[in-house]
Amino acid sequence: MGNTRRWRRKAASALILAAVAVTAAACSSSSSSSGGTTPTSSSTQAASGTIKKGLLVYFIPKDTQNPYEVIADNGGKKALTELGGKVVVSSGTADTAAAQIPSIQAAIQAHANAIVIAGNDPSALCPSLNQAARAGIKIVSFDSDVTCGSSPDHLFINQANTQQIGESEVSLLAAEIGGSGQIAILSAAASATNQNAWIVYMKQELAKYPNMKLVSTVYGNDDPATSLQVLQGLLSAYPNLRGIISPTTVGISAAAQYLDTHKNLLSHLTLTGLGLPSLMRKYVEDGTVAKFELWDPGNLGYLAGYAAASLASGMASLTPGSSFKAGTLGSYTVLAPTAGVGPSVVLGPPTVFDKANINNYHF
Amino acid sequence: MTSEPATRAPQKREYAGTDTSRRPVWQRALRWETGLVVVLVATLIFGTARSSDFLNSTTGFYIGLNMGEIAIMALPLMLIVITGEIDLSVASMLGLSGCVMGQLHSQGWPIGLAMVAALVVGALGGALNGVLVARLGLPSIAVTIGTLTLFRGLAEIVLAPRTITDFPAWMTSIGVVPVPGTQLSYSTVIFLVLAVIFGVVLHATRAGRAIVATGLAPEAARFAGIRVNRVKFGLFVLSGVMCALAGILFTLKNASVSYDAGTGLELNVVAIVLFGGVSIFGGRGTVIGVVLSVVIFGTLQQVLTQMQVQPEVQNIIIGGLLLVSVVLPGGGEAVGRLRARLRTGPHLARAAGTRRLAPPSSSDSSMQSEEKK
Amino acid sequence: MTTATSVLGTRFARGGALLRAREVGIGVVLLLVFGITTLHNHNFATANSVQQLLSGAALIAMLGVGETLVIVTRNVDLSVGSIVGLSAYVVGDLFKDHPGMPVILGFVAGIGIGAVIGAINGFVTAALRVPSLVVTLAMLYIIRGIDGLIVNGVIITSSNIPNAFIAIGFRTIAGIPWLAIIAFAVVVIVAYAMRSFRSGRDLYAIGSNPEAAALAGVPVARRIFTAFVISGSLAGLAGALFLALHAEVDVTGGTGYELLVVAAVVVGGVAIFGGSGTVAGAALGALLLNTINQALVASRVSAFWNEAIAGALLLLAIAFDRWLSLRVARGLRSAEGAHRDL
Repeated sequence: MGNTRRWRRKAASALILAAVAVTAAACSSSSSSSGGTTPTSSSTQAASGTIKKGLLVYFIPKDTQNPYEVIADNGGKKALTELGGKVVVSSGTADTAAAQIPSIQAAIQAHANAIVIAGNDPSALCPSLNQAARAGIKIVSFDSDVTCGSSPDHLFINQANTQQIGESEVSLLAAEIGGSGQIAILSAAASATNQNAWIVYMKQELAKYPNMKLVSTVYGNDDPATSLQVLQGLLSAYPNLRGIISPTTVGISAAAQYLDTHKNLLSHLTLTGLGLPSLMRKYVEDGTVAKFELWDPGNLGYLAGYAAASLASGMASLTPGSSFKAGTLGSYTVLAPTAGVGPSVVLGPPTVFDKANINNYHF
Repeated sequence: MTSEPATRAPQKREYAGTDTSRRPVWQRALRWETGLVVVLVATLIFGTARSSDFLNSTTGFYIGLNMGEIAIMALPLMLIVITGEIDLSVASMLGLSGCVMGQLHSQGWPIGLAMVAALVVGALGGALNGVLVARLGLPSIAVTIGTLTLFRGLAEIVLAPRTITDFPAWMTSIGVVPVPGTQLSYSTVIFLVLAVIFGVVLHATRAGRAIVATGLAPEAARFAGIRVNRVKFGLFVLSGVMCALAGILFTLKNASVSYDAGTGLELNVVAIVLFGGVSIFGGRGTVIGVVLSVVIFGTLQQVLTQMQVQPEVQNIIIGGLLLVSVVLPGGGEAVGRLRARLRTGPHLARAAGTRRLAPPSSSDSSMQSEEKK
Repeated sequence: MTTATSVLGTRFARGGALLRAREVGIGVVLLLVFGITTLHNHNFATANSVQQLLSGAALIAMLGVGETLVIVTRNVDLSVGSIVGLSAYVVGDLFKDHPGMPVILGFVAGIGIGAVIGAINGFVTAALRVPSLVVTLAMLYIIRGIDGLIVNGVIITSSNIPNAFIAIGFRTIAGIPWLAIIAFAVVVIVAYAMRSFRSGRDLYAIGSNPEAAALAGVPVARRIFTAFVISGSLAGLAGALFLALHAEVDVTGGTGYELLVVAAVVVGGVAIFGGSGTVAGAALGALLLNTINQALVASRVSAFWNEAIAGALLLLAIAFDRWLSLRVARGLRSAEGAHRDL
């Protein structure tokens, strides 16, 4: 290859590299700003005391496919439709914070009025959420909280009192196994904020039952195949296991399916946890699982939608003790921050499902 | 001559002969990059048409923020693929180094020292890959699947199930503020600087030519005095260090790290490198192509997310782009072959075709020595 | 016969003896792992536990059989995990919308979906001569995306699936799970075909030396196409069985299987560069990996160590494999008194 060719090649490469650099610089030095301005959505300021019309709320679930989240998002859509606003559901397909960040950015670019987010990670989302807050977007978290302190300030819509969930899970199981024996927890992802928070209270409640021992916590990552695998490992490592708590809808249904086809295990093993009635109906009816609990995720999303709209309209605030209306669900009061959790609102107590009432629920 | 060459696994030359024409490498490469520029411009026009203020500073910042670490990992991977190998452990090393940094910092190490430790871990991991692939001659795809699992497992041992969130605020601000004076994220600027360095090295130095020669014709390169094993070893170590750098930036950008940081990103990085015109057979690829590919992927993702296109559809689009990027040249060749076959009849066409398949020099000698066994 | 194929034939015969040693070796390791774990935890050797070992490995073993065919020809199929997910969901969806559908049709549908995708992979790889790594990687993305669109947040649950179908997932015959029997049958059939039919041996020829194979008259493109179709079909079948086993499927079905399968196949002695390895070895590799996984849990090793140990074992297996094939090569060279061309 001759000298000329080599120089031509270098020149061409340099030219293209320069072109890319120039384009990048041009983009960066353009003086248009999009952050830091108040949202200019087409909302009209109604008389104070009512929700603004035309609000745009971004719902960012853990991922776009989790059935629980889908029901919750639909609840949010229902709420905003009632209020004359609009919901955009945006997230990734993997349960990671990195998959949710582009959605937060999209919300900022779209000048949304509020973001309702279920965090895949307690803190990785905080920098982006903080940016959104500085752009004037109200931040609401639901299902799985984010721990960002006051950057940004946000409202957590808790599905039920965290302590109550943890304690009731253990007491439900204790009642069924007579308060003694080895038990294990089949959880979701090891980093999931909500499950970990409940597990803390579960362990606290266990202290009341000295004959019950938590021998292992395994993580099924909200994936049926992984949940089955870790369950089988659990059973093989602890043949004398008496009880399993699975505080995740995917985990409990995977475990129930396994017990359903290995009924001999039921003679000494009891399963409970948090499950969707639609997934668990068959197992309750044939006796594989006696009791489990949950709440209506649709209501959770509905409440979150109203909370977001109220905050964006100035009709609600994060001050403990203040309250706002949530459509057909009634009025809710903001609770003061406690250990690690900021201002929050609680949907209500969890419902215990069993053979008697399971057919009343359709979610 | 050591017994290595003959018993070394044969060149991973599959059943295609796209690179056997006699056009100079740079000319062929430039053709691909031009296509990429066209795609990029089309994407930008598409984005602007949808939203008039798409081309603003925030978009550029976000694209850079989201793609920065992936882009940094793509640079050494490009070199590795050019030499005919592959490194699938990139994302796991990103996770492991981030975990190491986080864990050490949480135990009181100053952040600077923790970062150095992370880079050292990256170098060690890369060295492991390098020893197994370059010294022992093991197939890189299998080895790096093994180290992908191993590194992720080590990250789990180091950190699971905790999440470290306590990092100095002035460092984590790289996740929200651009480099002063520009509107680009820190990771973007670092990437651009590295890209220029890589570009100069690859296209204008002897080391770069050695890398290309290693991929194009390893036997000939060896005979020409190029220490093929050393080149590959060095590239794997480089990849380890750069992935560790990406891990540091990723952790600081998110202001937190847990053991599953970056899971699954390796496929993105491979897709970007391949879409950038780097041939999976080795011997061809340019930095420009990879840079353009990074920008295209980042821009597409931004546009599609803003358009509220579901992530599932985005996946289909990425897969489709990747497919098209290899089918087009391959398809062109297939049409050519079909025409030849129709013209000269099947028997002669096949002979003509297989002659074209014989790659220049390299694998021939190893093939022949195998045949003699 | 030309030199190429006669040499290949001899190499196959001689290499065969040592390769068979490879499968025996895996079997030995398998028994060792099983034995040591049982000493620690007697529960590991109960009927229930062994059944779990077998059925847990069945799906990966089946995928491994298909993947072996592809890898032997010097290609790779990374789309198998996505095919499993898509097939599982579509079959479940069919049962949901057509409750009276006979069980066998479910399997036909699953295999059919897999075959179609395998055909696309095969066509693009063989006819368009595109590197299979790229093709199947792209298809992985595309199929995942399509799966996501079809699934749309809905979960198929056990109430949607006929009991007879679910029964295949957990029923046993003489204590052996149906899943294991099906996997075993697949292995036996394919292994026999590879050994006895010309087309099977052709795959090895293609993997050893594609140019020589083409010159020797092997219809290379057609064989590669068939290998991909079989790999896809087996993945589709595995998807239907996934549905039977879990009685539940959502969008995450089969995620990550592709890397597991490649690992199992490599552990089982299939050379990633093609030309050697058996489907029996691949199946044993799958069984070994699953047994090690379960053994670690049964020995109460902290779950967080599993992945690191798996990775280390994989590296060991690859290195051992290389060492073994070097010995084979050296043995063949000295046996035939050949000299190398410099």
